[in-house]
Amino acid sequence: MEKIEYTDEGQFFSGHVACAGCVEALSMRVILNTLGKDTVGVVAPSCSAVILGGHPMSAAKIPVLHGTLESAAASASGVKRALKAQGRDDTTVLCLAGDGGTYDIGLQALSSAAERNEDILYVCFDNEGYMNTGGQKSSSTPRNAATGSTPFGKTTRKKNLIEILAAHRIPYIATVSPSHLNDMAAKIAKAQTIEGTKVVIVLIPCLPGWGVADNDAVATARLGVESGVFPLFEIEDGVRYTMTKSDKSDAINGYLKKQKRYRHLTEADRADLQAEVDETWSRLLAQAETTV
Amino acid sequence: MNAPAFADDMQLLNGNHAVAWGVRLAGPDVAPLYPITPQTPILEKLVEFQSSGAFQAELLTPESEHSAMAAAIAASATGARVFTATSSQGLLLMHELLHFASGARTPIVMFNVNRTPASPWGFWPDQIDSLSQRDTGWVQLYSENPQDSLDSVIQAFRIAEATNLPVMINHDAFYVSHSVEPVSLPSPEAVTDFLPRQARDIQLGDGSGRSLGAPIDQASWNRTRRDLDEAMKTVEQFAIDASQVWEKQTGRASAPLEFYRYHDAEIVFVTMGSMCGTAREAIDRLRTSGIKAGLLKVRLFRPLPNEALRDALRGAQHAIVLDRNYSPGTGGVLHQELRSVLFGTKDPPRLHGYLAGVGGLSVPVERLEALATEVRDTVPAANSLWLE
Repeated sequence: MEKIEYTDEGQFFSGHVACAGCVEALSMRVILNTLGKDTVGVVAPSCSAVILGGHPMSAAKIPVLHGTLESAAASASGVKRALKAQGRDDTTVLCLAGDGGTYDIGLQALSSAAERNEDILYVCFDNEGYMNTGGQKSSSTPRNAATGSTPFGKTTRKKNLIEILAAHRIPYIATVSPSHLNDMAAKIAKAQTIEGTKVVIVLIPCLPGWGVADNDAVATARLGVESGVFPLFEIEDGVRYTMTKSDKSDAINGYLKKQKRYRHLTEADRADLQAEVDETWSRLLAQAETTV
Repeated sequence: MNAPAFADDMQLLNGNHAVAWGVRLAGPDVAPLYPITPQTPILEKLVEFQSSGAFQAELLTPESEHSAMAAAIAASATGARVFTATSSQGLLLMHELLHFASGARTPIVMFNVNRTPASPWGFWPDQIDSLSQRDTGWVQLYSENPQDSLDSVIQAFRIAEATNLPVMINHDAFYVSHSVEPVSLPSPEAVTDFLPRQARDIQLGDGSGRSLGAPIDQASWNRTRRDLDEAMKTVEQFAIDASQVWEKQTGRASAPLEFYRYHDAEIVFVTMGSMCGTAREAIDRLRTSGIKAGLLKVRLFRPLPNEALRDALRGAQHAIVLDRNYSPGTGGVLHQELRSVLFGTKDPPRLHGYLAGVGGLSVPVERLEALATEVRDTVPAANSLWLE
């Protein structure tokens, strides 16, 4: 177990309105503290927007523009260009969105911002569904996961957004997890120094949406990372893959058992999921080895 | 008659290039742009200006009009001066964000080239694209010719920044957008004087840490619409002021309502955009025949100058509303608006609503001339009639 080295810079306040035990609030705290004061945020309708709280209060110390669901990356582009035009090009522009606003309705705007290589840092809190509206499937929902709109389990795979983003050859893509906060802070800090479009995807086990116990989100995220369901890695310029952790356990059962959304699975379903994880992991390792 | 005699400060410009010149002179900081026929020449001219170093704005070329407007709102929220342009489908794709822009009180200036919306596909002059956006909280101006478009762009920035409201200027596809006329270009100094840079009360990232647009309670949301209402009520006067100052600088007025051979007119045409030019020609011919006809040009459509319209229409015997648009189930949008304006007034004119040139059909001068005679013996229909 790693020791967390962390100094709170006071960029995220208590009194936010996340569910008790939510690791999105925890992740937001680390990200905002890492980026510091000279940051302007754009938030898409999502749990993030709710967590920040209602006007005139805000849990974020940085100014945040609450935009529309499908246009987070376009809005962030607008902020960045306008600050540049006004001589403030050093300010970091941070985009906060959920997986619905990233994998689904916001993908077009994100793809365009990536194609233009807009100088923005886009953070997707990926809780694998529309959890803010009560838990419906998104294209990030994994196979077999039960949601409000897939009550018997989703029949298709989770969209591989990372490969889509890599195909844009943007300078930096990373996955991070609230179970590995030092790594999260390091990757955010690295992203901040890079010019161009940076996308960081944060795994967020959702307590009500996944059916995870209130005190179990971090442990669930850790199992997700260790079993290879959510590998931690970086991609630079779309082609250079670096594994943050290059080993995995071979059993996702521990990860699945933490979550009610998977409790209907048969042994065969679990085996299918294990095979899917193994296949994805092998491909990823091969890409990382090719890079070396 | 619409085109003035040529002078030294003039260039031959089509309507879209006149718009681009107005934008260049107004000097926005950011311009997100997406191409669409027949708006594209605005985009192309601005890119050309930027490439030559004459225009300094940050140009964004996103993947859709929706993202263009999202970027425009976000840029404007930081205090930047922002311009964008669109047409028809593009404007309609922006619909969600049009509400957002006015709610966020971002003084964006947008030029829309009026074009038929699909289905079926068409690329013809018709104003239903922008008229169907009348409830989105944007100030709407309608331009008659290239000079009007250039002057309106510059005035729009002044109105927008005085009220913190977004302003949409419209001109008709091809009839104005691609028609070449002599256009007088104001000096850059005159425009700088006319459009002083002013810091706004709330700017994203101004050091105050204030966020914009976060969820609020019912009473606070209600308050935002009352504030919007107060701001809308000031637009007409700001537009009059802008017109008067502009007239002092350039000799050209462009008021919320404009009049042609109007003071003693018994039969008046009321319309917007390029149709005004056709109406002027018809009025000249009618006057030659001894018929007292005149034009009431509605340049400011949102907010509609209700009192000024009532005053203007008092005394006319017949008002012929020419709508180059069709709102299914309603008829002509301007006809509907004027019925509402005149309702309850003493001795209003007989209001004859005609759907004229919908889909870009040519409306000949002779047809309007004949119409003025026909309506004199006609009881107005409750509904708008298709002009045959």
